[in-house]
Amino acid sequence: MSRQSLSKAHQKITELSWEPSFATPAQRFGTDYTFDKSPKKDPLKQIMRSYFPMEEEKDDRVYGAMDGAIRGNMFRQVQERWMEWQKLFLSIIPFPEISAARAMPMAIDAVPNPQIHNGLAVQMIDEVRHSTIQMNLKRLYMNHYVDPAGFDMSEQAWANSYSGTIGRQFGESFITGDAITAANVYLTVIAETAFTNTLFVAMPGEAAANGDYLLPTVFHSVQSDESRHISNGYSILLMALADEDNRVLLERDLRHAWWNNHCVVDAAIGTFIEYGTKDRRKDRDSYAEMWRRWIYDDYYRSYLLPLEKYGLEIPHDLVEESWNRIVNKFYVHRVAQFFATGWPVNFWRIDPMTDEDFEWFEEKYPGWYNQFGRWWEAYNRLRYPGRNKPIAFEDVGYEYPHRCWSCMVPCLIREDMVVDKVDGQWKTYCSETCHWTDAVAFRPTYQGRETPNMGRLTGTREWESLYHNWDLADVLKDLQYVRDDGRTLIPQPHLDLDDGKKLWTLDDIRGIPFASPNIALNEMSDEEREQHVAAYRANPNVTA
Amino acid sequence: MVIQDESKRRSFPKPEFTDAEAGAVDFPSSESRSYNYFTPKKKRATVYEDVTVDVQPDTDRYLSQGWIYAFQNGPGGYPLEWTKLESADWHRFRDPNEEWEKTIYHNNANVVRQIQQNLENAKKAGAYDGWSRGWTRFVERHLGAWMHVENGLGMHVFVAAQRSGPTNMINTAIAVNSAHKMRFAQDLALYNLDLSESIEDFDGSAHRSTWHSEPVWQPVREVVENLTAIEDWAEALFTTNVVFESLVGVLFRSHLVMQIAARNGDYVTPTLVGAGENDYERDLKYTRELFAMLVGDPEHSAANKRTLQEWVDKWAPRCCDAARELQPIWSQPQEKVITFNESWSAAVDGFRSLLTEFDLEEPKELAK
Ligand SMILES: [Fe+2]
Ligand SMILES: [Fe+2]
Repeated sequence: MSRQSLSKAHQKITELSWEPSFATPAQRFGTDYTFDKSPKKDPLKQIMRSYFPMEEEKDDRVYGAMDGAIRGNMFRQVQERWMEWQKLFLSIIPFPEISAARAMPMAIDAVPNPQIHNGLAVQMIDEVRHSTIQMNLKRLYMNHYVDPAGFDMSEQAWANSYSGTIGRQFGESFITGDAITAANVYLTVIAETAFTNTLFVAMPGEAAANGDYLLPTVFHSVQSDESRHISNGYSILLMALADEDNRVLLERDLRHAWWNNHCVVDAAIGTFIEYGTKDRRKDRDSYAEMWRRWIYDDYYRSYLLPLEKYGLEIPHDLVEESWNRIVNKFYVHRVAQFFATGWPVNFWRIDPMTDEDFEWFEEKYPGWYNQFGRWWEAYNRLRYPGRNKPIAFEDVGYEYPHRCWSCMVPCLIREDMVVDKVDGQWKTYCSETCHWTDAVAFRPTYQGRETPNMGRLTGTREWESLYHNWDLADVLKDLQYVRDDGRTLIPQPHLDLDDGKKLWTLDDIRGIPFASPNIALNEMSDEEREQHVAAYRANPNVTA
Repeated sequence: MVIQDESKRRSFPKPEFTDAEAGAVDFPSSESRSYNYFTPKKKRATVYEDVTVDVQPDTDRYLSQGWIYAFQNGPGGYPLEWTKLESADWHRFRDPNEEWEKTIYHNNANVVRQIQQNLENAKKAGAYDGWSRGWTRFVERHLGAWMHVENGLGMHVFVAAQRSGPTNMINTAIAVNSAHKMRFAQDLALYNLDLSESIEDFDGSAHRSTWHSEPVWQPVREVVENLTAIEDWAEALFTTNVVFESLVGVLFRSHLVMQIAARNGDYVTPTLVGAGENDYERDLKYTRELFAMLVGDPEHSAANKRTLQEWVDKWAPRCCDAARELQPIWSQPQEKVITFNESWSAAVDGFRSLLTEFDLEEPKELAK
């Protein structure tokens, strides 16, 4: 189509909407934002006539690559260390994708602009695409990778695992609470524009380095839809900015969304990239280096900062603190260590780190060995059953952490933990901002104004509470993270499948009591609790 | 231009033979190669089921910590209370069309390619030259008005409802339905644009005034706007696809436009509208499957039937009225191939058979 006829076509499509006079669409989802004074801002345009064939063509390339990978025996060159983490990643990500589809009508309800409605409706179809194409990729992995256990129970495992709730925020946050907070600020302005557009491009690079070129094919194809989504979100953001009253809400939501994305996405993707790779070339970028480029320079400096000219206060402090946590406070490494500590309740296997890994970590993150090296040596030493319990239940100088009530990643930067009685329960938070999220932001009033549409934090947020005082073997049976012989565990702290004696079974973990740190905390007297918390914060948690 | 720094050798990851291929080693679960957390409808799970089932979690299945965010004044996630209908097991529903991304793009891309081809050929062949003035007016105004119906329902009934159903299978089927509607609406709009460029006195803006203010269309617009205002997602779905579509949509598309276009020298319109009809039939399949499941529910059959009956009784009269108000347009084209009464009784027959399928009573307005 010529440019001229394309613009005529776009113009024509705008004639489809009309101002209703008998009844208006149901307002299923509310927002505390107002758009009465907003001039209409239009996103990138897309007409169905060109959209469907364009996407079909992209699909053809993806499916062609899939066939090629199988014919070319890709899995003979895929690193198991990498594929195991895909059991976690691909269990999580289809839900955020489909949630993005489900979020679209919330934004449509909230924003009175038919042009944006069209963009959002097309995004809805994109997101159905993303979710199902990713499920299909996982299905291919399950069929062709050496160890299908964990892929085979993916959506179940994700729904009952502690790691699932960490990931699920990136999804539930799109579809619940204030429509603009959820479907615009959290989903598009932060998650899509900052975190997916950058790290989902960085992660495929790592996949390729580990012999997996299908993940890059699928995710680059997914990613190519993203510029339209970003444009939808930006148009809504500009419309929101037109009303002075929205300012305070926008600032609240940017803080909440930024921080939660940092906590959750950096925890997960950071771990996949740093601990899921076998590529230890010194000139390959670390997660911190990628973050600096993609998120700090590309997103923060080129997208977020310019918003200041609209008088919006940008959460500079939180951006800087995220960076500080990644580069100085070892955030990603603490998360990876936690995942590995918790290996018995995972539904994937975690490869021990080797000297080559140690060297790379030390080069990229000076001081790494002193904090983590000896613990990973212990992990390696304790990797087979028979002579010892899983590492979490052996004394290696590692104190099991409290969980953050807001972001649900544990309070791993121990000196930063905040403890407060909120809604009648003693709760722990990984940071000041996570405390603020629960105690201040997700409430029906904010800075003296009514915010009846803001969401609430709910659910059994500390996963360990579900299994307080259970036998670890019963926990695993309840989770069903058991292989088809009825006794071998799906999770293993190593990759050796060739010798059955090296594989942990229910028998190896029977008799080990499991406990909830939060229940224990709430059973303490004030004095005990204060002592406990002071000791927790002061404990460097280093293996001797 | 980027200048390569020669001092820095380019470095690549080294491929390594890992033999991480299926079958390389024998161990517990080494042959566990199907998603084992749901029961497929047939013996083996289809790709559609594999990529759809349980992606939207459920506290009644595996979601052990519950939904972790909620609305301020209600639960989060996908509350069952968002419809009055109940089911012993919502997860039993499978889309008979088995829609997932591959089918969505394949089918819709085929449709738009076909339509574009037809429109190009029509232009080249001067297919519009033979149109009578009366037919041109009919297409310009009445077919023009219809684009709004499709778009309004697509955007504000179906896109809206796919947030609300209790399973991924239901919501995805509704999402695909909305894509059909919006695509069809755009097909009609762009056809309208084509015609205003090809036919001397074709008024490309008449569709708006017709839809907004021509008396025969106002009751249809009133029903459509009211359909978008329904809060209960299943009511919106049922009322739109079963009641409105049967009595107004099919009446207009199948029993009027498709019947009379060719006799009025128009061979192009039927290809567009036919594609819309096809989509509707496809979408009706999942709709029937869903509501048949609910009326046959082992625990809630009677209550569901009562509710559906209420919806029929509430919406069928409005749709009947809207349909009857359209009657004058039957006499507008030069070639009056079919009378309103003939079209109407064909539409009513279709609606009746749906009601029978769901074991529901016929509202008395139908007989009039
Ligand atoms: Fe997406
Ligand atoms: Fe936190």
